[in-house]
Amino acid sequence: MRTVSTSPHLHSGADTQRIMLYVVYALLPSCAWGVFVFGLRAALVLAVSLAAAVLTEYLLDLVSKESTLWDCSAIVTGLLVGMNMPPAISLYIPAIASVFAIAVVKWTFGGLGANWANPAMAGRVFVFFSFTSQMSTFSLPRTIKAVEVASQASPLSLVKTVASSGQSVGLTSMQILAQQGVATSSFADRVQAATGISAYNVDAFFGNIPGCIGEVSKLLLILGGIYLLMKKVITWHIPVSFIGSFAVLTWVFGGLPLGLGFFHGEVLASILRGGLILGAFFMATDMVTSPVTHKGMLVFGCGCGAFTFLFRTFGSLPEATSVAILLMNIVTPTIDRFMKPRLFGEVKKGGAQG
Amino acid sequence: MNLSTFRKGGVHPPERKEYANSKALVRLPIPSELVVSMSQHLGAPAKPIKEKGDHVEKGEKIALASSFISADVHSPVSGTIKDIRKVTMANSVTCDAFVIEPDPQQPEAFTKKVDYQDYSKEKLLEEIKDKGIVGLGGATFPLHVKITIPAGRKVDALVINGVECEPYLTADHRLMLERTKEVLEGIMICNRILNPARTIIGIEENKKDAALALEKEIELRSLPIEVCLLRMKYPQGDEKQLINATIGREIPSGKLPLDVGAVVVNVGTTYAVYEALAYGKPLYERIVTVTGDCIAQPCNVIAPIGAKVKNLIAFAGGFSKEPDKLVSGGPMMGFAFYDEETPIAKGTSGILAITDEKDYRKSACLNCGKCVAACPIGLVPTKLYSLITHARYEEAMANHLMDCKECGCCSFSCPAHLDLVHAMKFGKRMGRKK
Repeated sequence: MRTVSTSPHLHSGADTQRIMLYVVYALLPSCAWGVFVFGLRAALVLAVSLAAAVLTEYLLDLVSKESTLWDCSAIVTGLLVGMNMPPAISLYIPAIASVFAIAVVKWTFGGLGANWANPAMAGRVFVFFSFTSQMSTFSLPRTIKAVEVASQASPLSLVKTVASSGQSVGLTSMQILAQQGVATSSFADRVQAATGISAYNVDAFFGNIPGCIGEVSKLLLILGGIYLLMKKVITWHIPVSFIGSFAVLTWVFGGLPLGLGFFHGEVLASILRGGLILGAFFMATDMVTSPVTHKGMLVFGCGCGAFTFLFRTFGSLPEATSVAILLMNIVTPTIDRFMKPRLFGEVKKGGAQG
Repeated sequence: MNLSTFRKGGVHPPERKEYANSKALVRLPIPSELVVSMSQHLGAPAKPIKEKGDHVEKGEKIALASSFISADVHSPVSGTIKDIRKVTMANSVTCDAFVIEPDPQQPEAFTKKVDYQDYSKEKLLEEIKDKGIVGLGGATFPLHVKITIPAGRKVDALVINGVECEPYLTADHRLMLERTKEVLEGIMICNRILNPARTIIGIEENKKDAALALEKEIELRSLPIEVCLLRMKYPQGDEKQLINATIGREIPSGKLPLDVGAVVVNVGTTYAVYEALAYGKPLYERIVTVTGDCIAQPCNVIAPIGAKVKNLIAFAGGFSKEPDKLVSGGPMMGFAFYDEETPIAKGTSGILAITDEKDYRKSACLNCGKCVAACPIGLVPTKLYSLITHARYEEAMANHLMDCKECGCCSFSCPAHLDLVHAMKFGKRMGRKK
């Protein structure tokens, strides 16, 4: 049929559904690693959160007489919720998080594109504050053969607990972990012997640490992030400013709570622990809830980095990344209002034109 | 080599020049009927000076410029005016048009060379006005108005537009390759009128052969012209972007190239200037690229103004398959139309017959910012879109809606497939009404 429409008559091929699928592809390797190290239980958690998210979306579609399942955003939300769960969690918790994410955070505000917070992250924060103890108990990955213990706190909260008890003044977090008898994988031990890089960092990088299913393997998450950059789903602005500002603040002030003084923060260890990498590449970059201009993205990323650092270092709970991003989500409309792109031909006052 | 381009925004659409970029210029046989509209140019339509039943000569004036921004119209053939009626052009503008039946025998005309070397500046301008020359890049702004510089203003750069950044189109490319000397001659006429410090031809790197041909000829005759090869990026052929890419200046909102000391003239226009002065030939024909995946034999055809689209398509071997869309101009800014009886005008750079892109589903705006990154002007299209769809036109105007050139970068990039350009056009119209 011959059609008449407004120009342009070409399109880049960018597409909402494809963007969502690219995100899913980027997340899958990290999920697979989680299932590998934590066992089938982790797969079950992922399946439950995924199913709960998709089912909720489907039911709400019936209510509002819409069809939005095709855009695949519910799959991304469900997957991210599951990835943010400890592997041994009771299955109703990821289900609650998914339902909350889709129904409350997304649907009530008008559906995809109108939500003010990243649904998956708000879902995680909701269940974290509702079921704090279950949400902070982690199984050991199968790659670490530890005697007696089947579960323990994540390295992040372990160091925090010890440091706040005041028994470890002057020790680095690595030394604290060693003192607490935290085991490392034999692979990391060999790497440490060969290169001198701390086995704890090696384990954190490859994902041999207790933690949430999808956030332990930093290597696979970074590869996923690079994939998204290559597919132009995200730009470098948010991840780089997020991780960069966090790293600088950690380096300058991160040593203070451990009694190490200024400029003694453990940058690498801090970046590799917790949900920072997952947050910086996959949660903070959520298009709906981050600014539209590159300038705004940089401000947003720096804000995320600064708040993550503050909550992690001085807060009383181990939950930092997601709360920081949530806070910055609230600021996003304001950033967009003030960080407008420079109009072509507009000259700064007093500036000369080239 | 590190090539320059404009700094802000822009997109990289598929080029699709391969359909016609190796096809030499050919002349369209005179069709059995021409429909020459009075609105060949930007500004007021020309006023008819002939009547039904009159016989006209090839190149004879049939309508006169009716105001300052307007241009004369000439008959492309010798023939009889059968009718004066309304015609709807590809851009949906309806205006009066002469229906001309060409004589069976067409006289040879405008083949004798005229010596114009000792013409004064005023005489050159007068000739350009008399021959009805308008900008052939698409905007069809009357050339004599553009290059008549008001007292007290200075032009230090004449930028020649050989960018042809719209996908599919190859008319300017072939022209630069096949009429290299003539194009340069036309540029030198403009140069004489404006007397700029620099004369620069901007060409995108996918037309390197044309750039080399021009450079060779320039060197041979030691002309004061620079060839500036540009890195591919759309919309580099827009005046604002081309000036930014070639001489680094930015034209502020609401200003003209002249406000930064520059004048931009399309290569096709300079060729028309050459023909007007060297042969006294009015602008009554132009090069049209007939192309697209549904055209059997894509070509670059020299067609008389007023030829119908069906004549051009038949000349190009007809449709190889039924097209989803007919477009007048390039695919980024051209107008879709459906009637093959539509005549071409001075601004018709191409006729495309294309299959539509796969039908994507629209979603809500994701706030992804791709339109913001793509906008060469620095607008926030998503914001404007939401203002316009909520009928908040004045707010949209306050957010610089009127600076939008409808280049299409935003719609091209939008993963939600929102009709951003459509909204801009609509918003401008509603905003102007208030």
